[in-house]
Amino acid sequence: MTFLQVSGVHKGFGDLAVLRGMDLDVDLHEVVVLIGASGSGKSTLLRCINGLEAVDAGEIRIGDIEVTAAGVDLDEARRRVGIVFQQFNLFPHMTVLDNVTLAPRKVLGAGRSHAETAARELLGRFGLEDKADDYPDRLSGGQQQRVAIVRALAMKPQVMLFDEVTSALDPLLVGEVLDVIRELKQEGMTIVMATHEMGFAQEVADRVCFLDGGKVLEQAPPAELFGSPKHETTRSFLARVARI
Amino acid sequence: MTTPAEAPLEAPSIPYVDPVRRSRSRARARRDGLIASISTVVVFAVLGYLITSTPGWPKVQETFFNLDEAIAAWPTLIKAFVLNIKIFLVAEFFILILSLLIALGRGLRAPVALPVRIMCTVYVDFFRGVPTILVILLLGFGVPALQLKGVTNSPVVWGTVALILSYTAYVAEVYRAGIESIHPSQRAAARSLGLSSIQTTRYVVLPQAVRRVIPPLLNDFIALQKETALVSLLGPIEVLRAAQISASANFNYTAYVVAALLFVAITLPLTRLTDWLQRRDTRRRMAGVM
Repeated sequence: MTFLQVSGVHKGFGDLAVLRGMDLDVDLHEVVVLIGASGSGKSTLLRCINGLEAVDAGEIRIGDIEVTAAGVDLDEARRRVGIVFQQFNLFPHMTVLDNVTLAPRKVLGAGRSHAETAARELLGRFGLEDKADDYPDRLSGGQQQRVAIVRALAMKPQVMLFDEVTSALDPLLVGEVLDVIRELKQEGMTIVMATHEMGFAQEVADRVCFLDGGKVLEQAPPAELFGSPKHETTRSFLARVARI
Repeated sequence: MTTPAEAPLEAPSIPYVDPVRRSRSRARARRDGLIASISTVVVFAVLGYLITSTPGWPKVQETFFNLDEAIAAWPTLIKAFVLNIKIFLVAEFFILILSLLIALGRGLRAPVALPVRIMCTVYVDFFRGVPTILVILLLGFGVPALQLKGVTNSPVVWGTVALILSYTAYVAEVYRAGIESIHPSQRAAARSLGLSSIQTTRYVVLPQAVRRVIPPLLNDFIALQKETALVSLLGPIEVLRAAQISASANFNYTAYVVAALLFVAITLPLTRLTDWLQRRDTRRRMAGVM
């Protein structure tokens, strides 16, 4: 069953056309990995899906909500979608616990004690229970990114978007963040992630999409896409990535 | 030179400092302190000598630094200075609130809010451009001249209103700079969690922005505290006016010097606080880099 549907989306910034007729369908509980060179539109696609960027043309549906329709309550749509950014973007003036409970309290109207209990439990699941009262700048990059994931999860989203969440991390800290995503997959979370971690893509993806020129050029299960890519562009991209 | 191998192994958290180097650096600190003391004493002694040896000094001392005059003027001046303090406390309260509203108004991006944005922009442009002293004169003499019923003619009130109008424009710009210094990714993160635009401003942007602008904001308040003296133009007996009266009654300017010292005394704590906050910010940023 298609849960997230992107059809014919165009998005440009000034003269620069980033998405040029992007189509993507994601099923419930599916893990879709987006790969492609910088500027191929991975981040922009993710930002369009949760309405951080308005599309120029095309349609995006999440469940029964059309995100791109005029007059749609974007805040309502965003509650269904969690997004985690490359740069963590934790709120530096709040403790970890306040970072996680802010949206449940202010958006969902949860009481403080209820929200904090839920947040501590969620933090505990990802090994962060002793960080609850720290400020983000006391945490390592990997811990900050895990908090950012917990913060998104606290809103009980139906789909999680990961925008190169390990790219800003020390190589030693990448693993702990990927572990979290692995665990989410096991729980059946619907995930769309942009990444340069090809090994990880191969491991967790149900489907890998190669983006080029603002479109999905080629998509297939990881074994197939990495094993026998059809397009010459895909082949040369994979060869270039393999060399790094 | 001893080697670091002699460092006590049981206390690795204390950085090991070579004892020879430590005594050297202590000697250097002592020498630096001595040089600083000598240089300070010499410079101020020379300055003091140069001033007191000028031919006009005895006369200046008599008319500007007369202790008897200072003691005589003190009670009147300190009583008048209470009015200055009242003026700036009231003004600062309103400025903090109004300028924040203006800054937020200028930041509105919704098309329907364009008139608000225009009004806020015109307000800031106007009052930043007009000298405060002119605003005080225009309001202080202009409003009473209108002879409006039920509207006060009190020069203190209109002088304070003029200060509020003028400084709100400056402080609004300080706030705005702070708001714009918060990286857009913070707003994106908040919006992506489902927070509305107003909630994002209230809980994510403003708390960070206000923290950043406290030092420049205090700077504007230091300036404001001095400028309460301008209200004397409208006639109320605040400290400058009181000093003027005392000076013309006794042909002695010591009261001016006392008034000046009162202003310094009241701004000094704020000045030091601002310096301290700025140093703390710099230190934090340095720590962030490392």
